[in-house]
Amino acid sequence: MSATTAPIPNPVIPTRIGAWVETAAAWLLGLVWIAPLLYAFWAAFHSTGYAAHFDPAAPLTFENFAAAWNAAPFGRYFLNTFVLVTMILAGQLVLCTLAAFAFARAAFPGSGFLFALVLVQLMVMPDVLIVENYRTMRLLGLVDTILAIGLPYMASGFGIFLLRQAFRQVPKELEEAARVEGCGTLGILMRVYVPLARPIYLAYGLTSVSYHWNNFLWPLVITNQVETRPLTVGLAVFASTDQGIDWAVISAATLLTAAPLLLGFLLFQRQFVQSFMRAGIR
Amino acid sequence: MTLTRRATLGAFAATPLLATPALRAQTPVELTFNYPIAVGGPITKIIDRYCADFQKENPGIRVKPVYTGTYQDSIAKALTAAKGGDAPDVAVLLSTDMFTLIDEDVIVPWDGLPGIDDAYLGSFYPGFMANSQTPGKTWGIPFQRSTIVAYYNKDAFKEAGLNPEAGPTTWAEQVEMAQKLTRRSGDSVTRWGIQIPSSGFPYWLFQALTTQNDILLMNPEGTRTFYDDPKVAEALQYWADLSMKHKVHPQGIVEWGTTPRDFFERKVAIIWTTTGNLTNIKANAPFPFGVAQLPANRKPGSPTGGGNIYVFKAASPAKRAAAVKFAKFLTTPERAAQWGMDTGYVAVSPAAWETEKMKAYVKDFPAAAVARDQLASAVAELSTHENQRVTKALNDGLQAVLTGRAQPVPAMKAAQAEAARILRPYR
Amino acid sequence: MRSRATLHAWLMLAPAMVLLLAFTHYPAVATFWHSLFTMPRAARPARFIGAENYVALLEDPIFWQALTNNLIYAAATIPLSVGLALAMALWVNGRIAGRTLLRMAYFTPTVLPMIAVANLWLFFYTPDYGLIDRLTRALLGWGPTNWIGAQETALGAMVAVAVWKEAGFFMIFYLAALQAIPPSLHEAAAVEGASRARTFFRVTLPLLGPTTLFILVNAVINAFRLVDHILVMTRGGPDNATALLMTYIYELGFRFWDTATAAALTMVLLGLLALAAAAQFLMLEKRTHYR
Repeated sequence: MSATTAPIPNPVIPTRIGAWVETAAAWLLGLVWIAPLLYAFWAAFHSTGYAAHFDPAAPLTFENFAAAWNAAPFGRYFLNTFVLVTMILAGQLVLCTLAAFAFARAAFPGSGFLFALVLVQLMVMPDVLIVENYRTMRLLGLVDTILAIGLPYMASGFGIFLLRQAFRQVPKELEEAARVEGCGTLGILMRVYVPLARPIYLAYGLTSVSYHWNNFLWPLVITNQVETRPLTVGLAVFASTDQGIDWAVISAATLLTAAPLLLGFLLFQRQFVQSFMRAGIR
Repeated sequence: MTLTRRATLGAFAATPLLATPALRAQTPVELTFNYPIAVGGPITKIIDRYCADFQKENPGIRVKPVYTGTYQDSIAKALTAAKGGDAPDVAVLLSTDMFTLIDEDVIVPWDGLPGIDDAYLGSFYPGFMANSQTPGKTWGIPFQRSTIVAYYNKDAFKEAGLNPEAGPTTWAEQVEMAQKLTRRSGDSVTRWGIQIPSSGFPYWLFQALTTQNDILLMNPEGTRTFYDDPKVAEALQYWADLSMKHKVHPQGIVEWGTTPRDFFERKVAIIWTTTGNLTNIKANAPFPFGVAQLPANRKPGSPTGGGNIYVFKAASPAKRAAAVKFAKFLTTPERAAQWGMDTGYVAVSPAAWETEKMKAYVKDFPAAAVARDQLASAVAELSTHENQRVTKALNDGLQAVLTGRAQPVPAMKAAQAEAARILRPYR
Repeated sequence: MRSRATLHAWLMLAPAMVLLLAFTHYPAVATFWHSLFTMPRAARPARFIGAENYVALLEDPIFWQALTNNLIYAAATIPLSVGLALAMALWVNGRIAGRTLLRMAYFTPTVLPMIAVANLWLFFYTPDYGLIDRLTRALLGWGPTNWIGAQETALGAMVAVAVWKEAGFFMIFYLAALQAIPPSLHEAAAVEGASRARTFFRVTLPLLGPTTLFILVNAVINAFRLVDHILVMTRGGPDNATALLMTYIYELGFRFWDTATAAALTMVLLGLLALAAAAQFLMLEKRTHYR
């Protein structure tokens, strides 16, 4: 079965005028959706006085970017966030794959109970366990490290559950075939199961990266130094209350932090969606 | 055999101890200094510079600044760290956090630490010490303190036929002037006469009104509140009337963060906000503006605000001594004056205002001295045990009245009941 | 042999279980334990009081308001974000002009950190010269509306921001699922003379079932977890109009330092999520065997 780019027949309004109306609606929604980003562009490139005035003759300026860049070391925050997100994802992929495989294929005493324990994590958000986790981190001597931000998330109940589902659907014959060829347990896992679960990995990976890119509370509590802070905490510097909100500088900061991701998405979105497409989440 | 085995072992064990003073003189004392960045950029640089300068003057001490976000984030961080065993050594936190920090047993008073004497503690404005002391003990050294002031648009005043060199001096005058300043176009208002922010922490702004109505909201021990006093409801009625009866003030909750911008956009002629905003407004107002003390009713007044320096229990005696040096460094008259000029906060000691630089600055920019002059009638900011909860009770009541959902008297009675319930274990 | 397999299983399970126990189960149990005591202060250590914290919670009007708000908030954000995500995916997958740009527009909110964006949204919601008020004035002739400063509109304003943040993210999953549907199915339906609407409801939608459930899980969790925008924009006000369970937990735990009540409220929230999760996973278990 090959998936093509044939569009789904539009279910709602089949007529020509209907098509126009729909296009208009889609575009209107798109405009609304991108409005904050457009506003950020406007405010970032004009001085503070024009933040609320859309005067087309207003002069452009880079001073907001300079101010934003000077207010916080974004380069370093970027690096930290990138390292953090990659570390968490890598940890999750390894740990959840192993655990899911054990749950899916190995029948051992207590597996039901342990799996129930895993499911608990789906509901118990690390955000609410901050004080306890802080104490644990301190015992481990990990306070103010990037590892400390990521550690509570690496064993993901959601990931284990999804992968277990995926692994359970792999036909036993493939496993037998691999065993015949002399693969050990890990070999079977890597050769047979993992490739077949690729769409799940993609979907889960996207969820994980998005979550941890945007996470704020726990990183705020556990980090102190510039060397460990992720972007969200660094941006909190701009959540000023005393001096009032300076939209120009906040916009510049927003653009600085969003630009690489947006650029990446713009350049790679076709590949990204295609890989989703080729595998398809079921 | 007089030298017992124990004695010998003891002597051996003691030898490293004998060496320690020498060691201590060599290894630098490191202070972790938590500082609330509620503003970005230039302030961070100033603090970094202070730390560097301090280290130059005191080669045995290193200061590591940790920037912790808003005041709210900062106290959260300090307490989480302290509970986790990782407290900072010294921190700038809200003056009103004092009781919370005492109750959690994470700070020590400054009295009795080497280098602290009555002369030093007495060198600060008494108005600022009110939130820094409990009877007999000083828990915070004033550092970045403020009062509320009224900023007004001089052009708008001229336009409305008002004297642009003076703000309103009484409540009645304030209403009158605001009425002249409010501009309407048809049904909607294009410029409000006055706005007093009510988002986030309306209790602070409200405290100005209650002070002006000659009623205090709490006792100095922080164990009782007086929300249900009729004068409190009166003050609240005045505030509510501004928007609902006189229609010179926006309806609903006025956002603190956007009030300066509203001012710049000429959407309002008079705003009440912290003197800490002075530098921002000076830099960005596209029109000549004035700064005035708040108007009086039964008397003039404003609460103080801002942050003090605290020293933490977890700090060793050596670190505490270093902290004293650091606090003194930060509050020398010259430095306090410069800090005030750079930020708009009120320089915390009379001596700071007497320095040459400050005198010249005030001469050039008299608005800078308004907040200081108002100190004469300033009162302590609302601060009690369980501070956040007790102020939330008041905040909720204020917001309910200002959004038209409740009336002042019942709302304040309810707030008082809640506050009394919370404070019962402390009486 | 069997024991070797078991040993392997345990070894593979061990790293994940260790982390889970350390950072989820132990703290959760500790939280439950703390919910049975009074809030400890330096001068007064914690006392065991059993279920008293829960009783106090039930008597707390702010708790009930937060609960009601959260249920309304979830009831609004979940269908809106999922529904919009589906619409977006359909549009972007169809023959609409400029769909690449549209796809980017819809996905943008996901990459913008909420902390920064919440401040930008404050501009949109500012009365009078804020963007939304300008639009309502130009298009509808309305006067200034205090969107987040009035109790009637504040929660709705928060819902809008949340939906805006989430829908584009969910769209990606729908997009992938749509593109994996074999066109032969649609051709068959067309051959049989089914109308477009019929094709959608009978063929497309059921095939999107598993994806919808996957998205729903995320949407439900986020409806209770994602409160950054509220913390930045309204702080739960005015007068608790935008207070949600999670904001109240944060307030109790990190502003009032009433860790005991915060722990009790956390247990309540977890109970709610457990119900929701149970329902969803029962359905998920059934669905994944439809082949």
